[in-house]
Parts: sequence; structure tokens; C-alpha cells
Amino acid sequence: MRNVWWIVRRELGSYLRSPAGYIIIFAVLVLDGLLFNAFAIGAGAKKSSEVLEHFFYFSSGSILVGSVFVSMRLIAEERQTGTLALLATSPVAEWQLILGKYVSALTFLAVMTGLTFYMPILVMVNGKVSLAHILAGYFGLLLIGGAALALGMVASALAPNQLVAAVLAATAVVVFLLLWLLSRIASPPIDTLVAYLSLHDKHFRPFMRGIISIQDVVFYVSLIYVSLLVATRVLEARRWR
Amino acid sequence: MIVAEHLTKYYGERAAVDDVSFIIKQGEVVGLLGLNGAGKTTILRILSGLLVPTSGRVSIAGVDLAANPEEVRAHIGFLPEQPPLYPEMTVTAFLAFVARIKGLRKNIAAAVREALEVTDLVAVADDRIGTLSHGYMRRVGIAQAVVHRPPLVLLDEPTSGLDPVQIVHMRKLIRSLAGNHTVIVSSHILGEIHQLCDRILVVKQGRIAAEGAEEELAGKVATATVVKVEVRGDAAQLATVLKGLPLVSRHTVNREAAGVTEATIEMTSDGREALSAAVIRAGLGLRRLERVTLELESIFLELTGGQQPEVRS
Repeated sequence: MRNVWWIVRRELGSYLRSPAGYIIIFAVLVLDGLLFNAFAIGAGAKKSSEVLEHFFYFSSGSILVGSVFVSMRLIAEERQTGTLALLATSPVAEWQLILGKYVSALTFLAVMTGLTFYMPILVMVNGKVSLAHILAGYFGLLLIGGAALALGMVASALAPNQLVAAVLAATAVVVFLLLWLLSRIASPPIDTLVAYLSLHDKHFRPFMRGIISIQDVVFYVSLIYVSLLVATRVLEARRWR
Repeated sequence: MIVAEHLTKYYGERAAVDDVSFIIKQGEVVGLLGLNGAGKTTILRILSGLLVPTSGRVSIAGVDLAANPEEVRAHIGFLPEQPPLYPEMTVTAFLAFVARIKGLRKNIAAAVREALEVTDLVAVADDRIGTLSHGYMRRVGIAQAVVHRPPLVLLDEPTSGLDPVQIVHMRKLIRSLAGNHTVIVSSHILGEIHQLCDRILVVKQGRIAAEGAEEELAGKVATATVVKVEVRGDAAQLATVLKGLPLVSRHTVNREAAGVTEATIEMTSDGREALSAAVIRAGLGLRRLERVTLELESIFLELTGGQQPEVRS
């Protein structure tokens, strides 16, 4: 696990030292702030729990966008700059590299999402929502963001450069998002399976309302696990190409 | 130290490395010499563990690379053609990171300091890599390959893109590694291999075309005796003389001016005495006669199949 730790440390340092991390955080915070005022609070009268629900709804969108931008560089950038050769010729197993990269990117995503915390706190202070509702929503954001990040990791491991990685990651995330539409036209039992695989509709909405269900957590954790496993296998396969 | 047996690597239908075997002893500095696309980089990538060969096996210090890849990789330092550097890190932080992921657990600071000193990077130790000149970046590339004190160092085209002064420094640096490391250097620059290496493996179309020290390689090519003569007389007269000598296989007139002809003559064996006697007998003034040895460049061209050997005095 030491190798994972060294990679996490270097990666986090890289987020702090390069402008890309700050730019992503800046963009997401601006987007979230605008949406909070224009969409969550809005013009008409609303219950504070509805405001919070809406906040988590658009925040899930911005964390998905953020995940795509964060994940695109994870492996593809190392491949582009040649530093992947350094890691691949070190006594570091592929799973350690993938896990280290993933943990650091998820930490970055968590910090980025955490910086929006003042918005639900404002709702809590001025309205009638519980801290548990807020924490459940953030937990859901971390899970959906983590799942998109893991999908993006596969894209980044496959792609020759960051642009292709971003396109592949965005496509994968959108496909997983739109599966709920497909489930409406599919016949049983495929419709149930497709609906289950939908990234947002079935599994994220409960978190928006402050409900944590094991089933949803298992879905996201499984998706993350499988994606990271695939990314590991992709890197291993690169040695055989 | 390194035993490579029947290494083959296919990229699709094309064999980039085709049944390559060699042994490299501890402490040797060995050059992989070949034209671009000959398979040098692929061989280094296989030795570094970056690529798995389609068939064949490699063992380094008695450990099989396929069976224990991570253990073997801990004992290798690799500088690819494009140095693997993180521009946002300082030189010191980068080398400490490399030392750690290469498996060094103790005395990291001492190892980094040693690498900085060996590669003459102390002055820029706290600078960000992205702000360094190309020459310094190459040196950081070497430093990352040696910071964990690996027994084996692989350098792929280490001087590519450097200016002449930087090349001299880099060669000195690589030569200085020889005592503590086994070094394999790939290059298509003959002078470099000539100056750096104890032994040369000539790579041609994915195969080892020849191996040995420079003199041994010359012996493999220079089976014919080549002489250069300068006579007072015209080219036709010289041609008549040479026609009468069965040892002469061919000749080329290099220069004919002011009644003096200079020619390069290839003979099947050393017939310099017979040649000089024949020239004098024919009444031509023998101004010069010297045996020509093949230079590394000629050997290289012959062995790599680039062209016929170019003869130089």
C-alpha cells in the first residue's frame, strides 16, 4: 500500500501545483453558485427541503462534468508526457497505480464538492432541513461523482491523449445517464436491468431526498469496482500490445 | 547480469524484434547500435519490463522478468527517449518520489543528494523541472534512472536533442556510471557508441547482426584489403597495371589532375608489395600507397545493411 500512498501524495501535490485543478474548482463553484440562486432558490415559494433537493440535483450534474475533466488526465496525460513509462517500469503493480490515481482524484473531487457546503448550510440556517439530509446528499454526490470518475479512468487508460479520454469519458457518463430512457422502451426483463444500470435516475434521487439505501450504495460501489478493475486490466494489456 | 534468450516481439504482423539473444556481464557498458526502426527501443522496453515479449525470456541478475516483474523492475533504471518528468515538481521532490516508487525505503535524502551530485544538478535542485533547459532535463532523466542505485541502467538515445557541449557532458556522465552500474545505451550515433561502450550489439531489422568490440566488428567486415594509391600517370595507365594483377577485385578513381591519379583499390588479400612492384614496372611514379582501415561508420553501414562499406583513409 506504500506505493499507493506515494502516488496519492504526488497526485494531490500536482493538483495544488498546476493551474488545471484550480480552474476546474473555479468553474464548478461558479456554475453551482449560479444554479443555486437561479434554479434551487428560484423565484417562487418553495419548501427548504425542495431547495436542498434541487441543490443536490444540479450539483450531481456539475460533479459529473467535473469528474470527466478530472479523470481525462489521470492516465492519458502520463501517456502523453511519457511519465507512464516511469511508473510502468517501477515495482508498482497496475492496481496500485489505478487505486492511487483514483483515491487522489476522488479526494480532489470531495474537496471541490465540499467547497459548496455553504449553500446547503444557508438553507439549513434559514429553513427547516436536517444535517442528516445534507450529509446524505453529499454522500450521494461523492458516490455518483466517484462512479463517473471510475468510468473516466477506464477512458483515460484506453485513450492515447486527454482529448480522446474526455470524449470517451463524457460519452460513457451520458450513456449511463440516459439508460433510464432506454428502460422505458425496452421489454421485460431487459428494462429492469437497464433501469438498474442508470447512473442517476434510480439510484441518485433517494440521496437528493436524504435517503441512503444500501441497494444504491452497492450499485455505485460495484460500478466503481468494476470500472477500476477494467482500467487495471487495460493497463496490464498495454504491456502485451 | 542480463541473459536474453530468443526474444521476439510482434507489433501486429511485423516482428520488431526477431529471435534476439545476448548476454551482458555485470559492469559492462554495451551499445545497441542500429538505424531508426531497427528494434533498439523495443529491446530496451522489453528489458525494462515496459513490454512483454511475444516469446523468449529475459533474466536479470538471475531473476526471471516474466515470473517476477516487480522484483526485476526494482533493479532497473530506465531513461526512455522522452525523459519521464513531472514539470510541476522540483528536481529534489521528483527524485525523492522516484526513489520511493522504485522501492527505496531508507536514506532517501542521501540517495537523492548522490544522484544530484553524480548528474551535476545540485545548482538546480530546488528548481521546478518545467523551468529547466533541455540539457538539464536530460540530466534529470539520467538522475531518475540512477537515484535508486539500480544495478542495471537502460538509456534510450540519451543525447538526442542536445547541443554539442551538452553531448560531451552527457557522454562523460554516462561513462562515469560504468563503475557502479551495468549500462545499456541505444543510439544510432556511431561516435557516441564508439566513445561510450565496451561492446556493441548491432541491431538490424529486429535481429542482432553482429556483436563485439569495435575491432572485432571491423574484422567481421574487412575481409578484403583496401589500399589507396597515388601515382604519376593517367587513370587509363593505372587501369592497365591493375588489370594485370589477379588480386585486384575492383578499383575506383578518386581524383585525376595534373598528371597524378589517385585511386582506391580493393584486393582479395594483402597484395601491397605486388601492387607497388607492378606500378613501378609500368613506369608510373608511385607517390603514395597506404592501407585503408574501415571506420566504425563503414562497419555500421555494412552490418546494418545501409550501404556498401565506405572506404576512408
